[in-house]
Amino acid sequence: MTEFEPKIVAFVCNWCTYAGADLTGTSRIKYATNVKIIRFPCTGRIDFMLLLKAFGEGADGIIVSGCHPNDCHYTSGNFHARRRWIMFRGLLDMLGIDVRRIQYSWVSAAEGAKWADIVNTTVNAIRDLGPYTDYAKVAGYLEKEAEV
Amino acid sequence: MPEFSGILFLSTSLLTVKPSCMSKIGVFICHCGENISATVDVVKVAEEAGKLEGVAFSTDYKYMCSDPGQTLIKQAIKDKGLTGVVVAACSPRMHEPTFRKACAEAGLNPYMCEMSNLREHCSWVHDKSDATTQKAIDLVRTLVEKVKHNKPLYNIKVPVTKTALVIGGGIAGIQASLDIANAGHKVVLIEKDPSIGGHMSQLSETFPTLDCSQCILTPRMVEVAQHPNITLLTYAELEKLEGFIGNFKATIRKKAKSIDEKLCTGCGLCTTKCPTKKIPSEFNTGLGFRPAIYVPFPQAVPNKPVIDKLNCQYYLKGKCKVCEKLCPTGAIRFDQEDELVEMEVGAVVAATGFNVMEPSGFPEYGYGKYKDVITGLQFERLASASGPTLGEIRRPSDGKIPQKIVFIACAGSRDPAKGIPYCSKICCMYTAKHAMLYQHKVHGGESYIFYMDIRAGGKNYEEFTRRAIVEDEVNYIRGRVSKVYEENGKLIVKGVDTLLNAKPVEIEADMVVLASAAIANPGSEELAQRMHISYDAYNFFSEAHPKLKPVETNTAGIFLAGACQAPKDIPETVSQASGAAAKVAILFSQNELSREPVVAVVNRSPAPLYSTCVGCFMCATACPYQAISEKLITDRKGNVIKRVAKVNPGLCQGCGTCVAFCRSKSIDIDGYSNEQMYSEVMALLNND
Repeated sequence: MTEFEPKIVAFVCNWCTYAGADLTGTSRIKYATNVKIIRFPCTGRIDFMLLLKAFGEGADGIIVSGCHPNDCHYTSGNFHARRRWIMFRGLLDMLGIDVRRIQYSWVSAAEGAKWADIVNTTVNAIRDLGPYTDYAKVAGYLEKEAEV
Repeated sequence: MPEFSGILFLSTSLLTVKPSCMSKIGVFICHCGENISATVDVVKVAEEAGKLEGVAFSTDYKYMCSDPGQTLIKQAIKDKGLTGVVVAACSPRMHEPTFRKACAEAGLNPYMCEMSNLREHCSWVHDKSDATTQKAIDLVRTLVEKVKHNKPLYNIKVPVTKTALVIGGGIAGIQASLDIANAGHKVVLIEKDPSIGGHMSQLSETFPTLDCSQCILTPRMVEVAQHPNITLLTYAELEKLEGFIGNFKATIRKKAKSIDEKLCTGCGLCTTKCPTKKIPSEFNTGLGFRPAIYVPFPQAVPNKPVIDKLNCQYYLKGKCKVCEKLCPTGAIRFDQEDELVEMEVGAVVAATGFNVMEPSGFPEYGYGKYKDVITGLQFERLASASGPTLGEIRRPSDGKIPQKIVFIACAGSRDPAKGIPYCSKICCMYTAKHAMLYQHKVHGGESYIFYMDIRAGGKNYEEFTRRAIVEDEVNYIRGRVSKVYEENGKLIVKGVDTLLNAKPVEIEADMVVLASAAIANPGSEELAQRMHISYDAYNFFSEAHPKLKPVETNTAGIFLAGACQAPKDIPETVSQASGAAAKVAILFSQNELSREPVVAVVNRSPAPLYSTCVGCFMCATACPYQAISEKLITDRKGNVIKRVAKVNPGLCQGCGTCVAFCRSKSIDIDGYSNEQMYSEVMALLNND
């Protein structure tokens, strides 16, 4: 049996993590191919519905990454993102969504090596957790609940 | 894909987007020499991309960014009538402008072009394998789906008001004002004190040349006052700043001077006759006195007095009015009130300077307890020819000339425990200068400097400190001072010499000077908030980039000059002020500004809905730029039908935080719209 290759989507901001991942490339640091990046202007833009959509579409894991606190290109977008994550983490957990599958981090434009590290750690962690088939169950259950 | 419609999931289900079949997308895969093609099978990627729905043309080429590469794209746009372009090459942070420009030249809206990052995010970080090629295909497909939902965008044009507001009339503000004014633009210079000049006007001599500070500064002050392009408002502060680059609206509070400036001739009779004479002079750092109606110093610009309302007998007790009786031109106005002036400006230069830390947090040095323990700035006044002692070094306690003087460097600086962790940068140099001035003025005197390191990086700086040691025989002792106390009329300084195996040192001094730390001005935090610029942990204003944007702030159109950003000496301050002025001149060289149209928009629709916005204004609370305001939708009679949010595209910087906050998904951001982002997520994961 071939090893399980998780599908991981990274939601990153343009100014820090996207640039940091560019630096990983420029520094030729290797990492797993499982993670694919979607570029946003700011982590503040990242609606949690997008994360749920990703799970709904079959993602096994998610990385959200932006600028370090106080480094936001837009002054405070990352603070909003952080607050949103703290709120949603509890809510998602309560709904039965496996929050271990969401990796939230800060990677600056200078942290190319850190980005590679986060990607590899996340890929390994998700590989250990296995495919996220439970999401369909959770979503199906919630749908039934909503109909009642 | 699981279908669900729980309340939480409702909005995602609604946002399931169907790709447009009308698209004719061109996909251009770049080899980047071998940078991409060595690990990614570019031919296969182009082939797979060609199979995608809506892709009309797909090809690969060795160097897409080269002239022939760009021509290839332009030709395909024309020949195939492409409606969108995906260039799969390097990072969009590198070449997005290049390819967007190429598209525009071929008649395609530049914002219909997107880049897929196959180099930095794929070929350079993975080894050659099928998985790498598959990832490249996935990335290309994702961007193809995005482009299908792109819409033509047009750069936003905003007019520029060619007047600059300079805040702070120290050497930074003076230099910036003069440079901008000499470039032919109008300047409004505001200063919170009654005179411009700032800290530099208080200094005696300047390092490393020892030329007199006032002699080089005062001509500049006069030039400011007389320049036809400069409007000088002293005793004035920034009350409010609204608007955006090119179009700020500033509200200035002109504090009541209690003087009619037009009538006042500056004769000075009032200041000599004022009965309240014993007010510690701010200019002389408390070492001298001034009356309640005063001009801060003889060379002040403007040289007209103000009444200090907190100390004036009339304001305190309702009686006196001596100045009013004496004034030959009848210029005294006790009933004058603060005035708020609104003005339109296109750019702002913050040049609010710094302050000196009160060393009272260091009881071991005895500042505040012993009169003869003073700060470096106080020593400047003692050494200044215009100071309270007319330039003679005399002890504040008894007026005697100190025969032995101790300077303590880093009094507060580089002290994370009790002071500030950073280096104040100017103290090593001014302490060396103080010791030199002392040696020049008090023949046979002995001077000692306790220091941690001598930081003399700067043109002719190292030579200067050497001169203090070698020629003026200043005794440098490397070590800290543990205690200063009084005994038999002497100040006993107990310290340690770390270069002599930590040998204890004890000096019986007549005077102690503390090189107290340079800190941010009080109120700079509020001022930064008023201007919507960021500031650091020490309340110094933050530059937009520590290396490449040292005079810009994160708010476009606001620039920094001088020590409001971090401690700086005069040459550095002047350079930065000229840099800020150059930035303002660049901004003012154009009649209108063109900027990226990545901004948020609140949806509007025909009656009876008008907009899905429900007017909760969560977006407004999230916006870091105050770009969202209320818009009332009215019927023909003027009755309000709906209250909705409205984004000012001039203020919006395109972060999209409001989009994530919106409960009814009524606000969206051009270039990163919900449709685009959901399409990307779906495309990325559906590779089966």
